[in-house]
Amino acid sequence: MIPALDRKLLRDLWRMKGQALAIAAVIAAGVAMYVSQLGMLDSLRLTQHEYYSQYRFAHVFAGCKRAPESVMEDIRGIDGVQTAESRVVWGVTLDVPGLDEPAVGQLISYPDHGEPLLNDLFIRTGDLPQGPDQIAASEAFCKAHKFKPGDSVVALINGRKRRLTITAIVLSPEYVYSLPAGGFIPDDKRYGVFWMRRHELAGASDMQGAFNDVTLTLKPGASEPEVMRRLDDVLAPYGGRGAMPQRLQLSNWFLNNEITQLEQFGNVLPVIFLAVAAFLLNVVMSRLIATQREQVAALKAFGYRDRDVAIHYAKFVLLVSIIGGIIGAAAGAWMGRGLTQIYTEFYHFPVLVFRLDPLLPVRALAITAGASLLGAMASVRKAAALPPAEAMRPEAPPTYRRTLVERIGLEHVLRQPTRMILRELERRPVKAALSVLGISMAGALLVVGFGFIDMVNYVIDSQANVLQREDVSVTFIEPRNRSALHDLRAMPGVQHAEPFRNVPARLRFKHRWRLAGINGVSRNATLNRVVDEDLKPLVLPDEGVALSRALADVLGITGGDMLTLEVLEGERPTRQVRVAALVDDFLGLNAYMDLEALNRLMRQDGVISGAHISVDPAAQRQLYRQLKDTPFVAGVSLKQAAIDNLRKTMAENILITLGMTVFFAGVITFGVVYNAARISLSERSRELASLRVLGMTRGEISYILLGELAILVLAAVPLGCLLGYWMARGTLAALNTETFRLPFVMSDMSYSVAATVVLVAGAISALIVRRRLDRLDLVEVLKTKE
Amino acid sequence: MEEEQIYVLADSARATVFEARGVTKVYRMGEVEVHALRGADVDLYEGEFVVLLGPSGSGKSTLLNILGGLDTPTAGTVRYHDNDISSAGDRELTEYRRNHVGFIFQFYNLIPSLTARENVALVTEIARDPMRPEEALALVKLADRMDHFPSQLSGGEQQRVAVARAVAKRPNVLLCDEPTGALDFKTGIKVLDALESVNRELGTTTAVITHNAAIAEMADRVVHIADGRIAKVDVNLTRKKPAELSW
Repeated sequence: MIPALDRKLLRDLWRMKGQALAIAAVIAAGVAMYVSQLGMLDSLRLTQHEYYSQYRFAHVFAGCKRAPESVMEDIRGIDGVQTAESRVVWGVTLDVPGLDEPAVGQLISYPDHGEPLLNDLFIRTGDLPQGPDQIAASEAFCKAHKFKPGDSVVALINGRKRRLTITAIVLSPEYVYSLPAGGFIPDDKRYGVFWMRRHELAGASDMQGAFNDVTLTLKPGASEPEVMRRLDDVLAPYGGRGAMPQRLQLSNWFLNNEITQLEQFGNVLPVIFLAVAAFLLNVVMSRLIATQREQVAALKAFGYRDRDVAIHYAKFVLLVSIIGGIIGAAAGAWMGRGLTQIYTEFYHFPVLVFRLDPLLPVRALAITAGASLLGAMASVRKAAALPPAEAMRPEAPPTYRRTLVERIGLEHVLRQPTRMILRELERRPVKAALSVLGISMAGALLVVGFGFIDMVNYVIDSQANVLQREDVSVTFIEPRNRSALHDLRAMPGVQHAEPFRNVPARLRFKHRWRLAGINGVSRNATLNRVVDEDLKPLVLPDEGVALSRALADVLGITGGDMLTLEVLEGERPTRQVRVAALVDDFLGLNAYMDLEALNRLMRQDGVISGAHISVDPAAQRQLYRQLKDTPFVAGVSLKQAAIDNLRKTMAENILITLGMTVFFAGVITFGVVYNAARISLSERSRELASLRVLGMTRGEISYILLGELAILVLAAVPLGCLLGYWMARGTLAALNTETFRLPFVMSDMSYSVAATVVLVAGAISALIVRRRLDRLDLVEVLKTKE
Repeated sequence: MEEEQIYVLADSARATVFEARGVTKVYRMGEVEVHALRGADVDLYEGEFVVLLGPSGSGKSTLLNILGGLDTPTAGTVRYHDNDISSAGDRELTEYRRNHVGFIFQFYNLIPSLTARENVALVTEIARDPMRPEEALALVKLADRMDHFPSQLSGGEQQRVAVARAVAKRPNVLLCDEPTGALDFKTGIKVLDALESVNRELGTTTAVITHNAAIAEMADRVVHIADGRIAKVDVNLTRKKPAELSW
């Protein structure tokens, strides 16, 4: 037997199902956003962790020029090393069927017998290579070319062309993110990773009895910096390129940066969502209960206690919250799983682990329900605090006044209904202000969503049209004399060639360091440029280095400080250079120098490592073919491909989240505006019906109610834009990482699209309310007092 | 004749239920200060049927609300049996209403989302020794309309549901504020009939507010209220049955 009061609850809820649903939708949006984002992140971290530990991802990585295998004894002897394994890693250029330009690849040795001790491979399909000229290939590369086991590519290894047959398609924890050295954007078509049996690769690369790469794991409690320092000492005589901890390993570093970015998104946005939802519920519930004032009084007259009344409304709020929460949690779990799936594929994880912490939806629900309860309770207390006799009496005519507009003498301009609108707004300024604030918060979420999408596009466009104006960048196998430029310029279709130099180095300031290349940029570069925050070309100083602001932050260095460069090629000199400028660039951690200044620093003259080229489209294919057969070319990167890949990466990353943001912000906007309209309707339907009785038309009474709504919505638009601006500004810093940074650029478009959504939500709500106004029961008004 | 005499004799012998002394009430309506009661003195006796008669604005509703514990006086004392309800707190007043008082309002104040039976159950569920809702509805001759919602009932029927709801808890006092004010003559009589039978059969002390002098003829006593004070008290030697009333 359901108590009568609970029946009232259920029936009230059913009667208000439209409104209740709108409130539930707001809660659902907040909860879904929260649950899907955090659930996905949790799963992603878990998947990453599982993958790394199952496939024995190494803790420290180091490369060298060439070291005899016997050195491994010294490395294994380093205190704190658990397992160490030597490898041969060899860069190759590839001639891939169907690709005009050369692709580059990394050949990695795989033990002749058994599994690798570290960095094991997950075999998606096929069998690991056994015979000569056989390779296992990374899944990303095979997918990009639709390769299956049995297909082959031609590789230029150590100057000799060999046809290599793919026997297996594999995934490696080392190449979750597969990036060519120095690249920032995965380009699976033009970069592949391959595994070959050790003796075979050693034979092809003249590395018999030697290695040029070592990976190791640490014993529990071992000091990572200490092991790396000793490893560097051991490898230094053999051209060691500096040890790298797991956290800075390229693929892992990118992956962590991306997950961090998603995490920051996932922590910031859903919380804003929940906060906004909670605020709205607070406002909506308090007004809703205010409309039940008489019923509260009746209940009290029969002897219901304040507590009973409070519990009654609390149940109401909880029921709506729980409905919204369940919808939100279910949708969130479903979306979270979908998102995890997307990222699992994007990152080439072999397994998908989706875990939803049951506390997550519970927490989200507690936050929203708590906030709505708070809002509701304030009104219940107010309703219950009235002596019942007073509540039963028809409310005293509310105190209205001539509004400011009228007081300053404009009253003759305003018709009676307009005066009613203005007086209503001025009589209850707090109510009006809260409505405006609620609508503008929802609008602000839209501004944030659209704004970030804009910023991402801004970065991609700037990258394509301002920073990277070349068509192709060619990298040489070894640094070459400037005269190599002439060879390039003589090639078909080359319109303009601009030299660059890249010097791999360890950048050190006090105890902090990072491995990075110093980019030597030619003076007056017109193709590949460094720009300031207004996208104006930046003239690099005659001396000194310009750093990405993010890199300077990582190193804890500021302009004017001396940076130590430990060069990792050639004579491996150590140099001091002054930080001359900080650059707000978008991608990666970079160091820039004037090309000549860099050469002077290196005490060399006219050395370059490649060139940026603009190409006559007509001769493009011809140029690519010739580059493919040019022995000193290590790789070619296509600007358009890079931009496309950047767009794709962004689309698969934050744009998904941003899309969700915009969708849910839309849901919230509608929920808020609709509720504001419906509550005004229930508060004033009697008054409006009376006006109909007096002879006003439906249009005229609609004007009174909807005119008020229109003023509220219109007032909310600019405020929402302003709030959105602040919210975006406040959250932006949290979204920036070492790999990818957004500049704060808000376009008029973001504001206008957000404003349009708010206005459309207002218009639709107005239409629904208008239909209700048309059905007002006039007779009922005359019969009863309320 | 015999019956009427019993009433008269009983009157003086009956115990006092309410004893109000110098009751004053001032409240604000918007920006206006209203002196609803200006020192009213009145007693109500056990089992009697009293009509509080007065024009609108005379303060009779305020007096009834104070007697019923819906409101507290600004000054003066009100005793219910041995308890001072004029100085009682909110909690005590709620308990008082819950266990002793049945209310009937001019506009019924039914909960629109509940059926007749459920509206009555709303009260019986929290009462100490209630009748069954069906029993209470049968008492007001609505046994066949129990599962109708307020919107499906006529005004008179709604008010009878309100009467059933008020009496279902077997209250000690029944307070009715213009119970027929929103009804036509015929349905008004039916509601009065229901009140009269409750008073007669259950012996519930009943106070009815009205500005309709005709209704006063069915009361044991008529308390005239004007301008916030008790103007005079009439004792009816004969009580008319509701069916004999006309206005």
